[in-house]
Amino acid sequence: MNISSLISALPGATAQGLIWGIMAIGVYLTYKVLDFSDLTVDGTMATGGAVCVMLMINGTNLWVALLCSVLAGMAAGLVTGIFHTKMGIPPILSGILTQLALYSINLWIMGFKANQGINVTKYDLLVSARNVRHLGMDNPIFIMLAVTAILIVVLYWFFGTELGSSLRATGCNEQMAKAQGINVDRCKRIGLMISNGIVALSSALFAQYQGSVDVNMGRGAIVIGLAAVIISTVIFGKLFHNFGLKLMAVSIGAVLYYIVIQVVLWLGLNTNLLKLLSALVVAFFLAIPYWTKNAKNMKRSKGAKHA
Amino acid sequence: MLDLINIRKTFNPHTINEKVALNGVNLHMESGDFVTVIGGNGAGKSTILNAIAGLWPLDEGRIVIDGQDVTGLCEYKRAAFIGRVFQDPMMGTAGNMQIEENLAIAKRRGQKRGLCIGITKEERQQYKEMLATLGLGLEDRLTTKVKLLSGGQRQALTLLMATLTKPKLLLLDEHTAALDPRTAGKVLELSNRIVKEHRLMTLMVTHNMKDAIAYGNRLIMMHQGRIILDISGDEKRCLTVPVLMNEFAKASGDELATDRALLS
Repeated sequence: MNISSLISALPGATAQGLIWGIMAIGVYLTYKVLDFSDLTVDGTMATGGAVCVMLMINGTNLWVALLCSVLAGMAAGLVTGIFHTKMGIPPILSGILTQLALYSINLWIMGFKANQGINVTKYDLLVSARNVRHLGMDNPIFIMLAVTAILIVVLYWFFGTELGSSLRATGCNEQMAKAQGINVDRCKRIGLMISNGIVALSSALFAQYQGSVDVNMGRGAIVIGLAAVIISTVIFGKLFHNFGLKLMAVSIGAVLYYIVIQVVLWLGLNTNLLKLLSALVVAFFLAIPYWTKNAKNMKRSKGAKHA
Repeated sequence: MLDLINIRKTFNPHTINEKVALNGVNLHMESGDFVTVIGGNGAGKSTILNAIAGLWPLDEGRIVIDGQDVTGLCEYKRAAFIGRVFQDPMMGTAGNMQIEENLAIAKRRGQKRGLCIGITKEERQQYKEMLATLGLGLEDRLTTKVKLLSGGQRQALTLLMATLTKPKLLLLDEHTAALDPRTAGKVLELSNRIVKEHRLMTLMVTHNMKDAIAYGNRLIMMHQGRIILDISGDEKRCLTVPVLMNEFAKASGDELATDRALLS
C-alpha cells in the first residue's frame, strides 16, 4: 500500500466524480425536486454515450453529437413519463420498463455490439482521461468544472421561472399544485425529460473520457446518483439552502464518492465487490432518517411512561 | 352562478364497500351567494365539494359555473374558476417552498406558466401588503419556508392563495376543523371578511351548527347524499340551533337519534 499510488489516482477520481456528478444532478432533480424515483437513468447512462460515440465515429461534429445525446436522453425520460402519466404505471416500474427497453435500443444504436471505442487521437473529444494530469485547458477536471457551473446556472434560472416553480410545487405537494391549476402530469414529464437529458449528457462525456461506450455502462447509475445526493445532504444539508449551492453540493458529493471508492480500492478491495459495497452504503444512509424517527418516538413513549 | 344538475356518484360500485355518496343533488347558487353546508358524517358534504372541484368523474349529472359546463374538465383545468381551502392545513400549501413562492404560484392560477421569472419585484410588494392585512406578522417573512408556519398561519395563507386571483367560486372544506378554537375563530372571521370584500360565491362545509348559522346568507343540510334542507333570507337570519335540529328531525325522520350527537 503505497500512498503515492493513491495520490496519483486522485486526479482521475476527481474527473470521473465531476462527470458522474452531472448525472447525480439529474438524479437529484427527479428524486428530490420531483419526488419521483426514476430508474430510467441506468439505461440513459449508456444511451447518451452510445449516441455520441456512434455519431462521432460517423463523422458528426462534437457539439452536434452532444446535443443529439441530450435529445435521446430526453426522449427516454418522456417515455417513462408517458408510462406513468398516460398509462398509470407506478413510477419505479415505469423507469424499470424504459431501462429494460433501452438495453436493446442501446445495443441497436451501437450496431449490436456490446461496446464501441472512440480514439482521442483520431477524434476531437471534449474530455479525455489521457489529459487528466495536464496542466492546461484540455484537462478534463477544468472542463468539467466549467460544464458543471454552466449547468447549475441554467438549472438555477429554470427552476426560478413560472414553469420551474410549478415543477417544484408538483414534487412538493401534488394536491396543492392541482388546486392551483398546475398540470402535474405535464410537469412530471418535463421533469423526467430534463433529468434524463442531463444524465445522457453525463453519459456522452463519460464515454469520451474513457474512450469507449459499453452497454453496461449505466448499471447501478441510480445508486451512484443517490449516493452522491445522500453524501451532499449529510455534509452540506444544514449549510446550503440555496438551490444552486445544493446542486453544487451534489456534484461535490459525486467527487467524494469516487475518491472514497479510490481509497477503498487502494486498501485492497476486489473491484468486483464495488457494487455490493455501494448498495450497502446507500441502503444504510437511506435508513438513517427512518431510524432517527423511530428513535425519537421510542424516547417519547418512554418519557410518557415515566410521566 | 353555479348550477349542479342531478349529480350522482357511487364509490366502489358493485362491491361490498359500495357507497352511494351523492344521490341526485340539485343546487343553484347566484353570484355572491355564501352558502354554508352542514350534515352528519358521510352525508356527502365534502363529496359535493370534491365533485365540484373535479377530483373524479361523475356517474351522472352536470356542473355549470357561470354558464360554462365544466363537467368534462379535469381538476387542474377547473382550478381556473375555483379557489379551495382544505381541512388539512398541510394540503393547501407547498411546505418546502417559500411564502412568496406559494403566493406566486397561486397568482398564476388559470394562466399559462412559461419561462418568465416566477416572481417579480412588484408582486413581492403586493404580497407584503396583502400579508400585512392578515395581522399574523407574515409580511416580514416572505422568504420563510411554509412548513415552518403554524396550522392557523398556513390556513390563512391558503385562504389568501385561494382568493389571490379572484375565483368564480370558493370552496371551503371544513377549513377550520383542524385548528384550536381560538385560531379557528380568527380564520373564520378572515374568511368571512375576504368573501364579503370580493363578493365571492362561496360554499363552506362545517361541522359546527353555530358557525353555519352565523355565516353566509343561505344554509343547506345534507343527508345520505341529498340536500334535505335549504334555508335562506330572513328565515336564515332568524335561525337558531334548536330550530335547525327540529327541522333536521322532520326532514330526515328516524335517523335523528344517531346523528344528533354528530351535529352538535
